[in-house]
Amino acid sequence: MVKAGLLYSESHEWVEKDGNVGIVGISDHAQHELGSVVFIDLPKVGKVIKKGDAVGAVESVKAASDLYTPISGKIIEINEALENEPEMLNDNPYGAWIFKVEISEPSELDKLLSPEAYKEIAEE
Amino acid sequence: MKHTVLHEKHLALNAKMIEYAGYHMPVYYQGISEEHLAVRNHMGIFDVSHMGEILVDGKDALKFVNYLVTNQIIEDTSKVTYALFCYENGTVVDDLLVYVIKPEQILLVVNASNVEKDFEWIKSQSKGFDVNLRNVSDSYGQIAIQGPKVIDHIEEIIGIEGKDLSFMTYKVAPYMDGYIILSRTGYTGEDGFEIYGYPSYIEAIWDKAIEIGVVPCGLGARDTLRFEATLPLYGHEIDETINPVEAALNFAVKLDKEHFIGKDALVLYKEQPKRKLVGIELLERNIPRQGYPILKDGKEIGLITTGYLLPTQEKPIASALIEASYAVMGSEVEVLIRNKTVKATIRNRKFYNKNYKK
Repeated sequence: MVKAGLLYSESHEWVEKDGNVGIVGISDHAQHELGSVVFIDLPKVGKVIKKGDAVGAVESVKAASDLYTPISGKIIEINEALENEPEMLNDNPYGAWIFKVEISEPSELDKLLSPEAYKEIAEE
Repeated sequence: MKHTVLHEKHLALNAKMIEYAGYHMPVYYQGISEEHLAVRNHMGIFDVSHMGEILVDGKDALKFVNYLVTNQIIEDTSKVTYALFCYENGTVVDDLLVYVIKPEQILLVVNASNVEKDFEWIKSQSKGFDVNLRNVSDSYGQIAIQGPKVIDHIEEIIGIEGKDLSFMTYKVAPYMDGYIILSRTGYTGEDGFEIYGYPSYIEAIWDKAIEIGVVPCGLGARDTLRFEATLPLYGHEIDETINPVEAALNFAVKLDKEHFIGKDALVLYKEQPKRKLVGIELLERNIPRQGYPILKDGKEIGLITTGYLLPTQEKPIASALIEASYAVMGSEVEVLIRNKTVKATIRNRKFYNKNYKK
């Protein structure tokens, strides 16, 4: 399932724009490929990140999958509830946001994928 | 990609499939944790038809196999023996199970990823022995049925009693219009059976087991279960750069046996081991995975060979091959995970008490 109203990256993260803040999570396709998530390695608040950086990891029993940021900026909030309930990423991938970024390069948003364009990648 | 005889059944069960050792295999059906627990508490069935089978026939079969492997193979047609093939320098070609079918016919069960390499190795060592070697991997199917409840249901599944077998023994029993090998062995740390037979027999046994509620389990749970029971896997705890002494497999290395390939090197190594396989427990929540470095006071002392966060364990645990001088139980180390250091302690490898029926 690809949710309308969000932007997507080719590495299967979603971004919701809220003023100058980008809210980031992983797509339904990503959680499905991973299988049951048992651990999330969250980034630190205050960290300055660049588009494409590995900022953490989402892990199933079997494997660790790097978490990339689809936008540059400063991390202003992380979803600490995921540390105790990482399975929320499976149950509700578009509700379980992972981190919020104060966007430093708004033009990067233009290069992200529309739900329609992402749907083609996810369904390949 | 190759398919086992059960391939269609995996797809019909909607398994998550991966490529493994050239085969299209199920990694899980419902989920690794659910399948892990099914085997620990009830019953699970695994398609392991990808495993390799090599037959050694001939007058010198027993003598030749004893020259090839680290363990003592005796002329007992009910015994299953775990052993390793080593190179002259003592490092591991592969690990295997040995079945003496008759004094002049021995079955070697080897890892799927190593079948061709093993067969070439065995052939290259056979000069001067009166043996005939056959790679029969494609004509054998294999399944493993594992878990504490299996002994109560095996007869219902295959029509053959299993209680007469103890752990690490087997029998050849009539099945349909031929025979199967019923072996009280496994790779999970639980009681159970491994069954070898023609692909059509394996299909019939699989169907019956699923029908009575045995949980289909994929390679994912096979790995978590064997890891928790500290059973080695080629490519992790053993490989061409690791010898069985450092991999804590001394029980399968009989240094008092007549000559076998690698013996001299292993005798020397045992006197002064350089590395040791230990247990690691993380003190923070994270997951230690193969290849992550172990640090002591900032210095790298070894690597994780396998690690998991398991539903049956409170802490994230791992096996690690480290410099022998640092193998002190209870001492603090760090594991380097994505450029961050995570605190850990060195512990024993008794992650789980194995439930074999001796």
